[in-house]
Amino acid sequence: MTTPRVPLRELFLRFLAIGAVSFGGGMIAYQKVLLIDRKKWLTRDEFMAALAISQALPGLNSVNLAILAGDRLRGLPGALAAMLGLVLPGACFLLAAAMLYAQGQDHEVGRLLLGAVAAVASGVLAGVTAALGAEQFRSARSVALITATFVLTSVVKLALLEVLLLMVPLAIYLYRPRP
Amino acid sequence: MGVLIQLAVIFGMLSLLAVGGGMAVLPEMQQLLARHFGIGHTEFVHVFSLGQLAPGPNMMMVLVFGYQIAGFAGAATVALSFLLPSGVLCLAAGRLWRRIGESPWRRAVQSALEPIAIGLMCSGVYAVGRAAIAGPVAAALALAGVALVLRTRVNPVFIVLGAGLLGAAVMHAGGWT
Repeated sequence: MTTPRVPLRELFLRFLAIGAVSFGGGMIAYQKVLLIDRKKWLTRDEFMAALAISQALPGLNSVNLAILAGDRLRGLPGALAAMLGLVLPGACFLLAAAMLYAQGQDHEVGRLLLGAVAAVASGVLAGVTAALGAEQFRSARSVALITATFVLTSVVKLALLEVLLLMVPLAIYLYRPRP
Repeated sequence: MGVLIQLAVIFGMLSLLAVGGGMAVLPEMQQLLARHFGIGHTEFVHVFSLGQLAPGPNMMMVLVFGYQIAGFAGAATVALSFLLPSGVLCLAAGRLWRRIGESPWRRAVQSALEPIAIGLMCSGVYAVGRAAIAGPVAAALALAGVALVLRTRVNPVFIVLGAGLLGAAVMHAGGWT
């Protein structure tokens, strides 16, 4: 437990770099390289525990992971520094994009590009979901839960809160610890 | 001011419901934005695409909606209310977990949430896909996206940008969608 005291500035700048160069699913991998391999700020076990928590809780997984790592290293200020670093580059990019989009919504080529990007991205996300769920799709119990969640959300069109109120207790019951 | 409060409530709620990440709340977000602010399918999909092209977490695209609805204050309100509630929860849960340590119930909750998160992601993909795939070119692009991400190790952002540019060129030249 002799973690060196990491300067807040360095924590912020390291996460800022990840936020600026990583795209899509790469963020978790970049954080792993930074936290375990390059800086040895966390042990492998600590990292895996933080990753599990960040995935189990609501919120963006990469942001949750940055918060947990920052908190582990420097408490609340560390959590804020890591979170802000991770999201700032994208936020600036998107604010600029929002201003351009507001001016040029009827720009023919821009609209076609955004439409085409959405089509590819929906395919990419389908692939990512299939890969992430590969293990889940092999067990009858989880396939039933995945299907029920999908049908309630997309076919029955229940509100998300209602879906969670129905599905979470049911799923916890199905996965309850057995002696 | 009323609009900002409304934005804070909507995105703060979505933040706490985003089990398994941002994709899970896309269908709900699409519905709420359409109902309260009249944001249509096409606009939703365009903003989603902007997020795919941005560095860092894609879901920060929510601040574009904030900007469209209420300018810079709207963007800031949406960004903060989408990040902070789940962030505070995560911080608290992380500290609690470090005190409690491993427990069979923690394992159970995690195993239970995994398939629900995957199911919600499927709904997110379905919502975006249904809005984005308007014709044969778009369908071909989506299939190319699935194949490339499953069969190659190319960074997804290059797939999205490369195929997006190609697709836009084809649509522009041929006048198809």
